[in-house]
Order: sequence, then C-alpha cells, then structure tokens
Amino acid sequence: MAMSIEVAGQDAFIVYFSEQASPQVSSQIQAAVANINAQMAGIIVDMVPSYASLLVIFDLNKTDPFAVRHGLKQAMVGLDAESSGSGELITLPVYYSEESGPDLHVIAECGNISIDQVIEIHQQQEYRVYAIGFAPGFAFLGQLDERIAAPRLSTPREKVPRGAVAIADRQTAVYPSQSPGGWNLIGLCPTRMFNPEQQPTMPVKVGDRIRFEAIDRHRFLELGGEL
Amino acid sequence: MNGFTVKQPGLLTLIQDRGRFGAHNLGLTTSGPLDPLAYDWANRLLGNDADASCLEVSFGGLTLEAEVDTAIAITGARKPCKVNNKEISQWRTNSIKKGDVLELGFAQDGIRAYLAVAGGFDIDASFGSSSTVVREKIGGIHGDKLQAGDFLPCQVNSINSHLKLEEQHQPSYGNQATLRVVKGYQQAAFDNVQQWRFFNSSYQVTERSDRMGFRLEGEVIHSDIVGMLSEGICHGAIQIPADGQPIVLMNDRQTIGGYPKIGSVIHLDTARLSQLAPGSEVRFEAISQEQAHNLHWLEKSRYQRTKPVKA
Repeated sequence: MAMSIEVAGQDAFIVYFSEQASPQVSSQIQAAVANINAQMAGIIVDMVPSYASLLVIFDLNKTDPFAVRHGLKQAMVGLDAESSGSGELITLPVYYSEESGPDLHVIAECGNISIDQVIEIHQQQEYRVYAIGFAPGFAFLGQLDERIAAPRLSTPREKVPRGAVAIADRQTAVYPSQSPGGWNLIGLCPTRMFNPEQQPTMPVKVGDRIRFEAIDRHRFLELGGEL
Repeated sequence: MNGFTVKQPGLLTLIQDRGRFGAHNLGLTTSGPLDPLAYDWANRLLGNDADASCLEVSFGGLTLEAEVDTAIAITGARKPCKVNNKEISQWRTNSIKKGDVLELGFAQDGIRAYLAVAGGFDIDASFGSSSTVVREKIGGIHGDKLQAGDFLPCQVNSINSHLKLEEQHQPSYGNQATLRVVKGYQQAAFDNVQQWRFFNSSYQVTERSDRMGFRLEGEVIHSDIVGMLSEGICHGAIQIPADGQPIVLMNDRQTIGGYPKIGSVIHLDTARLSQLAPGSEVRFEAISQEQAHNLHWLEKSRYQRTKPVKA
C-alpha cells in the first residue's frame, strides 16, 4: 500500500504508511513526526503515532485543512527509514515467577513448552515501542515470539498490579498503574513506566527498543518492587 | 486562605480549563469542557483569561460555601441556582460575600453547567492543564471529581458593573440534535447502503454515555473490516464496534483504539450532544472538512460580535 493522507475529522488528518506494522514502518513514522515537528511547529496541537499510522491534530484557529494537507505532503517527502535511527535501547528488569506471573503456566501450556522456556524466550529478543495509549504510560511492544503468544483472557481481571509484565497476542507490555486488564501476566517489573512526579515521566517513547532481563525476588524488592 | 469549601460535591463536578494538549505521546487524553461555548461565556462574563479553571457541574447537586468576597457566573445547563436560599440568574455575573452558601440544583434543560469565579480557581496544572480526568487520576485537586470537604482556592475580587448575556443569545438544549459529521477514517469500508442508513435514521442517547464516549442506540451499521491495527482517535470520532451501534468519542476518549470509524462529529455538535440526556434523539448529517472549517469561523465571529450587556 502506498502512503495515504486521509481526513480523520474537522481538525485532524491520519497518515497511513502501510497495512502492516514492522520496524521499518515504525522508523518511517518516527521520521515523519520529526519532519512535522520541524516544519509545522505552531499549527500542530497533538500527534498520535501508532503501529502503521500517524494521527495529526491541527489548530483550527491558526491554519486550515488545505494548508495542513499540503504541509503533510511536504513532510512525507524522502522519509528514509534507515537514516531515522532506531531509538534508544532500554533494559527493563523483570521478576519472572509463578508468584509474580500467575499466567506463566497458561502461556507454557499454550505453546506446549516449559515455564522456564517461556521466561527464556521473552528475554531473547529486542522489542520495539510501537504505540503508547490505552492508559497513561501504556507502551505496546512487539512483535512477540509466536511460541509465547496467547490470546487475551476471556474475563479480564478487575485488578492488574502496577508493573505487571503481560502478553496479549503478539504484543507485550508493562502495566504503568494498577488497572483492570485482560492480558496474561508473566512477571513484575520494578521500573515505574509512568510517574507524573519524575522527569521524564516515562522511561520509554515510541520508536525505542526494549530488552527484558530476569532478576530474582531479592533484587526485585531491592529495586523498590512490591509484591 | 481565600476560596470556596465544597459542602456537597454533586454527582459529577470537575475542575476544567481548556484542556490538555501535546501529551498524547504519553497516552494522556485531551479532557477540557464538554461544552466549550458555555465554558467560554462563563469566563468572558467575568473578564477571565480564556483558559481559566472553572467547575463543570454535570447533572447537579453542588453546594459551596464562600470564604472569600468575589463574583461568579454560571452558564450552560439550566439549573435552579441559589445564594443563601435566594434564587439567582444564570448567564450573568453575581457578587458573592464571605459566608454565602451557593447551591446548584439538578438540571432542567441540558446536563452540564459551568461555574466560573472572577480570576479563575487557582489549581495547579499537571501536564500543562488543570483539567480533571478521573480515569487517569490526573488534574483537578487530586485527580478526582470534587469531594465534600475539598477547598477551591481563588483570589479576592469584586465587580463594579455586572454583565449578562441577553436572553435571545442564551442557548436552549432540548432533547434532540443534528450532529454534523466530517466523513473520514474507514468511511470507505461502509458501503452505500450502510452510509444511507447511518445518515437517514435517528439514534437515541443511552445511559452508558460519559465524558469518554456517548453510546447511541438505533439502526445497526456494518463495515467490511474484520480486524484493524489500533490507531489514533481524534475528538468526535464515531466508532462502530461489532454490535453496529455508534459511539461518539468525546474529550476523555482513549487516544488509540482499533474499531472502524465512519468519521467525526464537529466540535460545535459534540458540545450539543454533551448537553443531551439519555433518551434524547440525534441524527447525523455529512458535511465536508472545508464546510466544517467555515462553520468554525462563522461561530467564532458570531461569538466575538455578541457582546455582554449591563445587567
């Protein structure tokens, strides 16, 4: 699919980059965000990058849809996925255990592998931050190894603790705060994913690369984790 | 300290300024007044900054006690408003003395009233705005709706000549509205029959409507989409989930979602929708993005030409 700029609403366009998410598409979107910030500052109110699209909201009082469409076309010229860099590499510690990850056995049964293998596979690769949304600080990380992919729970939990490391389909995430949730829980991360009191508020941003690293119970508590 | 003590918080009273912009990258929503026109008038009557912090009083049941001499204005939904048990008028400035008890009863026309105080309430901004989003626990006094015992600080103020908005300019809200829609997003995935149905039937506002989204009930609409990648959601976006019943996404919407959308309701009309009670009837009308832009400027110029008069 060629890139297309579609109307989203009275004050918004959405740019579709591809039909599928991939690290290349994500890099392109990051490059587009940078171009728009550089070329259209002052008339853009907010942007929402996601898997294969970018929502751009403009200020109705400062510009008009013609000018914004034109500006977006210019900003999409020569988007080079290679040169846009690939974000920062961030390592997040995880206490994997049946105590902290009540769905580890579900993932293991689903993939017909052992719990140790689930933990092993989850740490083996680098993930990309494709989108942030759903809740403040909730980062969608992909693509998860198919061997540990599992569907959402049929009945969501009423309470998922802050820091829960979770899996849904081929995505993984760390819950930024206690909330209801339907993802499978495999461990706990002591790093705060969203803290209004700290600067920066989030340790990750869209386009960054994430690695998970197993820690034991003792280290988890030392790092401020709560059970 | 100067300000107001909350005696009874009412069903849903929230501190709101114009909204939170530029924080979607953290997953934070926009928030802000559901009916910006009524919010603007409350501030304008008092000569406040255009983004001063007000109270958005949904439904009603609010009682405040003044611990300050100042002036207020209440706009938006029609509610019985009293100071020390004596009825006062909306859409005008009213003086308040230390010790006065201010009551806002339950709405008789519309849902959301806006209560502004001269100079605005002094509420710390988080992420650039004082607007409260209960779901995110962000903004307001403690990221929550008003609670009994809360204190709303403001400065001492007085007004020499009182102002009002003449009656012929005051909106009435009623129980029906036509919502103008800029078609967009996945609109091409809704075929002609589905679009005809959507734009030619009426929908009812359901009880399951809040600051996040208004759920409507009526003719079922289907798209050809089976599964789609989550993407950014703008203000007013009309999401059609698998049950075919539209949801109009409002100020506290999630910033991303994966349901097909047929387009977005313009801001002027999400404001109208927000004032409709459950059971009200709405219809949709398609307009172009350019027409929507003209409507925005027409309304803006009308607002600027309409001057408050001496009360």
